[in-house]
Amino acid sequence: MPSVQDIRRRIKSVKSIQQITKAMKMVAAARLRRAQERANASRPYTEKIQEILASVASGSSDAKHPLLEVRQVNRTGFVILGADKGLAGAYTANLLREIVPRIQEKEDVELITAGRKVNDYFRRRNYKVAQQFSGFSERPTFQNAKELADLVANAYASGQYDEMYLAYTKFHSPIHHEPTVIRLLPLEQAAKEKSKASGEYIFEPSAEEVLNLLLPKYLETVIFGALVQAAASELGARMAAMGSATDNAQELISKLVLNYNKVRQANITREITEIVGGAEALK
Amino acid sequence: MANKIRLDIVTPERIVFSDDVNMVIARATDGDLGILPGHAPLIAGLQVWPLRIFQEESETEISLCGGFIEVRPDKISILASCAELAEDINAERAENAKLRAETRLNEKDDSVDIKRAEAALQRALVRLKVANFKK
Repeated sequence: MPSVQDIRRRIKSVKSIQQITKAMKMVAAARLRRAQERANASRPYTEKIQEILASVASGSSDAKHPLLEVRQVNRTGFVILGADKGLAGAYTANLLREIVPRIQEKEDVELITAGRKVNDYFRRRNYKVAQQFSGFSERPTFQNAKELADLVANAYASGQYDEMYLAYTKFHSPIHHEPTVIRLLPLEQAAKEKSKASGEYIFEPSAEEVLNLLLPKYLETVIFGALVQAAASELGARMAAMGSATDNAQELISKLVLNYNKVRQANITREITEIVGGAEALK
Repeated sequence: MANKIRLDIVTPERIVFSDDVNMVIARATDGDLGILPGHAPLIAGLQVWPLRIFQEESETEISLCGGFIEVRPDKISILASCAELAEDINAERAENAKLRAETRLNEKDDSVDIKRAEAALQRALVRLKVANFKK
């Protein structure tokens, strides 16, 4: 049976842990709101660029571009967007559970990882990590997306990889997100059947030129969208995890308090019996 | 001047501008384009250059760093990786960026990414141009 002091000390430490988890929950909630706003703000751009790409692609169906080239697959590249920090429940674990089997079914794989947690995971297991990024998983900027996109485009165009995938966590709602793997390159010729809408466009200077400019931008947009969603998912996961941690701490505290009172009561009772016993003996 | 066309400027971060305008002049990859209401559908790439917007009697400029313009008879959409109104530009920061880019270019060091420095310089110049336009 632990002593009164022991229990009191436990209660105190659980309480301070609870304060931390509560603060983290609130911080995550505030950031989540901002991240969601950003995700929503980027949507019109993404939709528009897809629309334009579809019309350009159908306007120049025989266009050649290094990013459209389909090759025999020798080496595959995976871009993995994960978290920098832990304490986000099963966020990282879920993402890894989704991608590790995908990686294992390929022969020759190299990874590009963003986020310290995933960097460490793959480093420790001796996967080939070609490049790693960290420091922006919670607040990605368009610049980060640009950097990644440039890297991906160059690596693909130079023939370093013959196929590239992007793994991230798709954001549905603060409590619902799912790890997703999409094929980034070669780009699928987006919706060729929509040709009727685009036939009328004038391309300045030519459809090919526009396509050349558009494809890298499109890649950036896709990656940026994924980054923003991954950030929102991470924050959502953290908020949920910290919320339940706070609840658990509360539960633990009430159990400990009950226990503490019991022990205290037992001590008092024992002392009284001792005094009474002593007084009886003196008679 | 009742004849107007809708102009939307969208960046990945937000919608920068959305209003009816009389005319837009943009610098495309192969030269300036003036767009009036009822223009034929067109898609063009844009240079890093201020976009001139004519609205009623006034003219405003918006700095753009690359992007696309899509024109339909009743609507212009511009997609840019960044776009700023004159009042959103931090002239001091742009000035600093300009100086930094210039020193980089002058160093002629192999480690300097010339393309990147040039792009940064161009962006800074455009921002300064737009910021000074109002004065």
